[in-house]
Amino acid sequence: MARPGAVIEVDRNTPPVLFHFGEGVRLEKLPLGARIVYPPDPLEPIAHAERAIKRALAKPLDDDPLKSLLRRGMKLTIAFDDLSLPLPPMAAPDVRQLVMEEVIDMAAEAGVEDIHLIAALGLHRRMTADEIRHIVGDRIFSTFWPDRLYQHDGEDPEANVYIGKTSAGEDVTLHRRAAESDLVVYVNLTLVPMDGGHKSMSTGLATYRGIREHHNVKTLMGSLSYMNPPDSALHHSCIRQGQLIEDTVRVFHIETTVNNHAFPAIANFMQKRETDWTPRDQAMFLGMKQFTDIAPPAFKRSVFHAMRAPYGLTGVNAGQVDAVHEKTLEAVRKQISVRVEGQTDIVTIGVPYLGPYNVNAPMNPVLVVCMGLGYLFNFYKNKPVLRKGGVAILTHPCRYEFDAVQHPSYIDFYDEVLADTTNPQEIETKYEKRFAEDPWFRQLYRKSHAYHGAHPFYAWYWAAHAMDHAGDIIIVGGDRDVVHRLGFKCATTLEDAFEMAEQTVGRYPSITHMRMPPILLADVE
Amino acid sequence: MLALQYVRSIPAFAIVKASGGRPDVATSALSMLKLGDVPEPELPSRDWVRVLPTLSGICGSDLAAIGGHASLYLDPLTSYPFVPGHEVVGTLDDGSRVVIEPALGCKVRGVEPLCPRCAEGRPGLCYNVTEGPIEVGLQTGYCADTGGGWGEMLVAHPSQIFPVADTLSDEAAVLIEPFACCIHAALRGGATKDDYVVVQGAGTIGLLTVAAIKLFTPPKRLVAVAKHPTQRDLALKLGADQVISPADVFQRVRFGTAARRLDGMDRPLLLGGADVTFDCVGSAESLNDAVRFTRGGGKVVAVGMPGEEKVDWAPIWQRELTVMGAYAYGSEPSHKGRRTFELALEAAPELHLEKLTGPLFGLGEYRDAIAYAMSAGRLGAVKVAFDLRGLR
Repeated sequence: MARPGAVIEVDRNTPPVLFHFGEGVRLEKLPLGARIVYPPDPLEPIAHAERAIKRALAKPLDDDPLKSLLRRGMKLTIAFDDLSLPLPPMAAPDVRQLVMEEVIDMAAEAGVEDIHLIAALGLHRRMTADEIRHIVGDRIFSTFWPDRLYQHDGEDPEANVYIGKTSAGEDVTLHRRAAESDLVVYVNLTLVPMDGGHKSMSTGLATYRGIREHHNVKTLMGSLSYMNPPDSALHHSCIRQGQLIEDTVRVFHIETTVNNHAFPAIANFMQKRETDWTPRDQAMFLGMKQFTDIAPPAFKRSVFHAMRAPYGLTGVNAGQVDAVHEKTLEAVRKQISVRVEGQTDIVTIGVPYLGPYNVNAPMNPVLVVCMGLGYLFNFYKNKPVLRKGGVAILTHPCRYEFDAVQHPSYIDFYDEVLADTTNPQEIETKYEKRFAEDPWFRQLYRKSHAYHGAHPFYAWYWAAHAMDHAGDIIIVGGDRDVVHRLGFKCATTLEDAFEMAEQTVGRYPSITHMRMPPILLADVE
Repeated sequence: MLALQYVRSIPAFAIVKASGGRPDVATSALSMLKLGDVPEPELPSRDWVRVLPTLSGICGSDLAAIGGHASLYLDPLTSYPFVPGHEVVGTLDDGSRVVIEPALGCKVRGVEPLCPRCAEGRPGLCYNVTEGPIEVGLQTGYCADTGGGWGEMLVAHPSQIFPVADTLSDEAAVLIEPFACCIHAALRGGATKDDYVVVQGAGTIGLLTVAAIKLFTPPKRLVAVAKHPTQRDLALKLGADQVISPADVFQRVRFGTAARRLDGMDRPLLLGGADVTFDCVGSAESLNDAVRFTRGGGKVVAVGMPGEEKVDWAPIWQRELTVMGAYAYGSEPSHKGRRTFELALEAAPELHLEKLTGPLFGLGEYRDAIAYAMSAGRLGAVKVAFDLRGLR
């Protein structure tokens, strides 16, 4: 049976603890009395994934069996999550492939011929053909690509329709094909509680006009945290939009969950607590440390990004969105929840090489902030692990390094916007519209593989709550100029960072290290 | 009198050129530059006056000549040997402080009637630079008969003399000549209040062009391209809205003008881009960039003295660019025909140009001075100059 997550107090026998450090790893000795929060071990996966999928489609929650919804002559659209999930990308076959193959087989049996598959990427970058093939599998790809398997374009005026306003006055838009379909089947993979539910359609198949309604500073500052939907204004907004969409088009939701087996055998030590490391794990750590210390960044990146996670399916639910998502969240929480007693003066987080927005690209400084202070900081329920006014310490090399193809607007965001101000509210007011409407960013989003012009703003807003909550933010091992541009402090070693932090939180602070990934959700009492 | 003299010598030129213009070779005994006792220049006619230089700047064009980089186009327009130095503040025999406008046009040469260009007030374009009582030469500092600022004494026509107010220090006044060049360039470029303007290079000419544009043709946005930290700070102080590094120029201009960027095999190009670009570097690199990030129908103004550089003319042709030179000064039609030097002298006090000048070297330290000037940007300097006050 999988062990639950744990909070370990550092004593004399506690070995040094692993910190992710971009495309590298560090072992750090924490002071006596510090806490280390470990994620639960991976849950046992479902033995027969295909069987579980068939069962979910045949016996959906609060909905009719999928088979009964399919009929000859209908217009069927299958929408699916893009490559921002899961992380690292899943070893083939991806569960989305298994689900979509089942849905397509069922549709074929029912005589449905008009089937389109749309990657619901919202304002994310377009994927390459190989990246799509990895998600959908060879069979679907060779049958449908590119005419009936394609990617959402939130900037194509012809391909999107305006649905209306929610009760709170939020604009709602939707991909035209989805809006004009007799049935939309949404195939989701939920790794963290933020994803899935109404957010899938209202973000993945929306335009900037719809997405900006909740991807803004006010909403995100009211989402404490956005990893716990009941406390998240972001999700409340998505639910309002989603309900309007469900009133417009018939949607059948299929949500899958996976365990947190995030690293392949070569990096298995990252998966384990240090006390469990075998001599083989220790050797693997040393080998990786040596390699990452000396290898050029581009080479390290190619090795890291080639990793595929051996995730195992832990749940598949289908039917009405709210009923399905409730089950999904239950399964996710079961895998990642850890009870943590009380807050802490200092929280430490190792920022890894990969986040949702840099698959096959370097994690640029803005994305380091998004990952460390956005996603990882917000993995809490009730209240943050860090007390108000405490110090967040991240470890990452934080180099001035951007992918010109994927992140062109990020370069200008860093060079132009952050040179002026790091205040999220001011940034939103002064700059977002200009970036969102820049014709070149629009073109690169639509025709190349670039994130939308507004995307770096969202990455920054994602961290707004942490920046407001923390009294100080220190990045260990970062490039000094870059860290200062981000508005934070830079330390060479973790010990130096603790010394610096004491000036903010006082002597003998309490320290908690969030040992992730694999992901954990701190349920703070 | 003591002076540095530039002697025309093919072997010396070949040696310096072969060294790549290294300062130790370019100022060695085998070079074209000699320090020594030379005859004082004679007054070409009774109305000419003697000027005793106080400070004399080392210009990029001087360094190009000394380092063997100058275009051979200029060779027949120069008479040898000459005493370099055309950025000069000095005193007349009566002790009054003056700067000199170095252009040696019809009026200075006593040629009547004036050639069409001089009649327009553009002595830098004079047709008669071979005529009159002095040898051939475009400017004081490139003429065998006038002397130059790098010597104890030079001679000047009264039309070249501009009095310096007491409020302007010698360190500021030595920059009047390059500042006048930059005002002329700004007026030639003619940026409007709606324009996005880029100034490439932040040496003396680049910085003073920034100042001139800001004062005389303020655009919507003025962007300076600077390599070194001191240059960046000064560009901002002199009026740039933004300072960017050369490596970022396409990225920044694209964003600033909402242009589209295409990445070619050699370098990028923008569809759209800057309205007016002032190139104050004069290298193939900067010129090739300029013609690719200046918008179709825009202007590229060459301010810094270029040499023989390989520039791709395809973008100039395809984008219908107006490429124009901006050389020297004269009378400015857009300012009721007033002399550029007058405009420079009026505008200079508020700019505190003295902060751009230094370090100062004696003539005897010319090797150090030239070496320093050749690396001025990297060393945090802008205008390196000779201080001749110790010679009196």
